[in-house]
Amino acid sequence: MIEGPLWRKWLFVNIPIILFVFVLLFPFYWMIITTVRPDSELYRPWNAPNYNPFWTWRPTLEHIQYLLEETLFSTWMLNTMLIAGISTIISVICGVFAGYALARLNFPYAAGIGTGIFVTYLVPQTLLFIPLSDIIRNFSLGDTPWALILTYPTFLIPFCTWLMMGYFKAIPKELEECARIDGASRFKAMLYIILPIAVPGILSAGIFAFTLSWNEFIYALVFLSSPEQKTVPVGVTSELIRGDVFFWGPLMAGALLGSIPVALVYSFFVEHYVAGMTGSVKG
Amino acid sequence: MSSATTEAGVGGIRRSRRRMLFEDERWLAMALLSPTILLLGLFIAYPFVTGVMLSLSNARVGVPGEFVGFANFARLWNDPIFAKAVGNTFIYTAVTTVFKLALGLWLAVLLNRHFRGKALVRAFILLPFIIPTVLSTFAWKWMFDPTFSVLNWTFRTLGLIDTRINWLGDPDLAMLSVMIVNIWRGVPFYAISLLAGLQTISPDLHEAAAIDGARPWSRFWHITWPLLLPVTMVVVLFSVIQTFADFQLVYVLTAGGPANATHLFATYAYQVAIGTGLLSEGAAISLAMFPVLFLVVIIQLLYIRRVETR
Repeated sequence: MIEGPLWRKWLFVNIPIILFVFVLLFPFYWMIITTVRPDSELYRPWNAPNYNPFWTWRPTLEHIQYLLEETLFSTWMLNTMLIAGISTIISVICGVFAGYALARLNFPYAAGIGTGIFVTYLVPQTLLFIPLSDIIRNFSLGDTPWALILTYPTFLIPFCTWLMMGYFKAIPKELEECARIDGASRFKAMLYIILPIAVPGILSAGIFAFTLSWNEFIYALVFLSSPEQKTVPVGVTSELIRGDVFFWGPLMAGALLGSIPVALVYSFFVEHYVAGMTGSVKG
Repeated sequence: MSSATTEAGVGGIRRSRRRMLFEDERWLAMALLSPTILLLGLFIAYPFVTGVMLSLSNARVGVPGEFVGFANFARLWNDPIFAKAVGNTFIYTAVTTVFKLALGLWLAVLLNRHFRGKALVRAFILLPFIIPTVLSTFAWKWMFDPTFSVLNWTFRTLGLIDTRINWLGDPDLAMLSVMIVNIWRGVPFYAISLLAGLQTISPDLHEAAAIDGARPWSRFWHITWPLLLPVTMVVVLFSVIQTFADFQLVYVLTAGGPANATHLFATYAYQVAIGTGLLSEGAAISLAMFPVLFLVVIIQLLYIRRVETR
């Protein structure tokens, strides 16, 4: 690239990037600072004199303590972990199977089924949550983790299938044929030859699916009702607000702690996550 | 499968028959696809059909209801709140999409250059997209708080305002605030997806054009933009669907208020169906999104087919 003078680089590249980073990350800083700030500092009007909202000299853990001792937050964390984990595993297995079938096998209506799965990928949860809540109730799944474990795959499988299909298509057919000549069945060739090569794809699909299920809100809001069944996003929304009163300290502590599992998974697998996300778009 | 060695007689035959079955591509495909088709059929196709039936009935919570034809849709047609929600949804989708695309593209172009700490910046920038929406939206709600808003504090300290801005309490401002949060959350997704597209464009093209005397802006317009268009199309269509059907942001920030000023399709459907218990009318509101979503999906399918056959 042709580089201009230094001030140009600062003006057109560095400063805009710094601004972007600042705006995109500020709400998270605000979450953290609110979590550790005592109530007496928290509830000071915006126009109070001598008030620095960006820092505290008296950090406290009282909000986190309240969250862990007075609310069911740790139960919600476990619920979410369980639901996100199981639905991710189900979706990845289904996605691998379906992706392999669509990428490698000849069978009637293959194109139609492929398009059908792609279309369900584009169905938003808000289109179906009302009839689905009826169905969940009729199946006696209401207010159990199964209501979510079985419905989350509906928006995870299509994406996993799509991603895995792309991966399988890129693996040369000859590899599989070699194994088949040596006497392996089709299923075994898939299991022992193709799957190990596709591990990065499986990881991407799994991580992306996990963060999506952790983020899901409306199904969890509608299908679960008792406090001890709730997931983190719903629990924080419904149990830390009493009428019009917001407990901002514990709320922000809940938002912060509730984000940590996703952030951790993400930080370990940034590259896989980005590959999954961009792969899901490129199709 | 492995236990078949001892009972070679019956087990062997059964095993070889099953093996033959799975050697047939059609049977194997069927077996591999069945869990997916079962789950999608049970929890997408089936609720879609019951949703349509529900929207044509007068069911409430606990009351099965009977067929009433298009009565729910007729009522919605004359419902001013529904009209407001429809208008809001279109404006919300249009405005945020334009800003997300413009800012996302700008950020992608910036990130496509070389600078120190690039990998770190890229990783941090995606945080608004990966952190659960409801949780980060609460941080925004707290920042928009009428009495304790840090934004108001900052603007006042900078001397920009002397009366408070009522971010979520004023009907027009509330819509703007919701849009700001949506843009904030969406820009990283656009930027990183478009960056992936940018990285497939060979720098040779830019160098050749630069040697021929093309200015940066015209290089962007005549090289980058056309080559990036396929990725851009898919990203935009995908994001339009998500934005059009959005729920979480509005639910947390305003719950459709003040005075129903910020309802979208989904939040209004939720309020009617779950809040008031009018299941059938709520289902009708949700389904009213369908024509638009269907159109976007068709465009996307046609576009993908065109790109693939080219």
